[in-house]
Amino acid sequence: MSALPSRPLRRVVITSVSTVAGGLLLLSLKPHSTAGAAPLTTAPAPTATSSGPAGSSGAATAPPTGGGSTSGTRTVDGDAVQTRYGPVQLRVTVTGGRLTAVTAVQLPQSNPRDEEISSFAVPQLTQEVLAAQSARVDTVSGATYTSEGYLRSLQSALDKAGG
Amino acid sequence: MGTVFSLDVRGGAPDRIAAAVEGAAAWLRHVDEVFSTYRPGSQISRLAAGGLTLARCSAEVREVHRLCEDARRRTGGWFSAAYAGGFDPTGLVKGWAVERAAEMLRSAGADAVCVNGGGDVQTFGGPWRIGVADPLRPGAVAAVVRAGEGAGGTAHGDGLAVATSGPAERGGHVLDPHTGRPPRDALASLTVVSRTLTEADVAATAAYAMGARARGWLAAEPGTEAFAVTAGGRTWHTAGFGALADPPAGRTPGR
Repeated sequence: MSALPSRPLRRVVITSVSTVAGGLLLLSLKPHSTAGAAPLTTAPAPTATSSGPAGSSGAATAPPTGGGSTSGTRTVDGDAVQTRYGPVQLRVTVTGGRLTAVTAVQLPQSNPRDEEISSFAVPQLTQEVLAAQSARVDTVSGATYTSEGYLRSLQSALDKAGG
Repeated sequence: MGTVFSLDVRGGAPDRIAAAVEGAAAWLRHVDEVFSTYRPGSQISRLAAGGLTLARCSAEVREVHRLCEDARRRTGGWFSAAYAGGFDPTGLVKGWAVERAAEMLRSAGADAVCVNGGGDVQTFGGPWRIGVADPLRPGAVAAVVRAGEGAGGTAHGDGLAVATSGPAERGGHVLDPHTGRPPRDALASLTVVSRTLTEADVAATAAYAMGARARGWLAAEPGTEAFAVTAGGRTWHTAGFGALADPPAGRTPGR
């Protein structure tokens, strides 16, 4: 946070999803705050296990949608991330350097289970992200940050927004 | 393990830290391979199937087995790795693995380390602010634990760990090992703070299974502080928790 010394701060998010078929481990890194942090490469995302009703997810390289208004608000789309259940793509709004909204651009919606995830899990994850920020905490114990697609799309949007 | 790991590191020589981050990621991947109950070829699966004896398992499996035994004794049987007649250390492995990963980053020269594995957190140094998710108000934080603030802040020396157990815990429900059912008088969530995550995770899991009895047990546990949200939305905490945390906002203390 702002009172910290200006040393490199690195954040790495690793997602590990075990299935009967095998494991999936994703690693992405977001260098925080300072430029001194040597950007680590990220392990390639093996999305081979994704087989869901992918359909509409060609937009893997969604460009930033320049929603820049005069008040310093930016809206950025994250990557469309393939998950087992289908594509997940999120849009973040950053106002004055703070994350103020996370909305879904694409979510899996091909069956009732997907609908349930879309209607419940994503808003909850979004709330947790926003609460963590508003409470000025570095991390959350007991949270359910367990959706790898959500995290990866969110991370890519935050990276594009440039913190 | 089917979970998300987040590693925050401050300070240290960039190249050494970069190597340590890679090493920590490789470690977590390795643990997943060895301990996964979902992979038929993992040592744990082969052990459960009878195709492998404990003596022939790797040193880390034997260490985890020993830690599970210690945990069972420490908790008077409330923590148990015995499941369906076999050995399932899942309840201990994640905390242990996260603690190790954080140690790897610290020993690489980081000034401050914070590793979160599926909501269980191990820190070294700081300062860090660790929110405790409010189980009844999705998105809200029920309390904030402060780590690594030096005098007054951290009563547990350099390392601090925070583990939370609840009915929605990743990897299945916490069951009362005596009945095989969810605990009676179940809390909405229970958070334990101690020096290492292996300890904190075991205590949180065991005490959660105790239901209403958790409070007395935790109060008597050395080096352990705790914070709970009851099903009715009240909160309680052990005597030393207040010195480690910002007060919960918007909740009614006491009970």
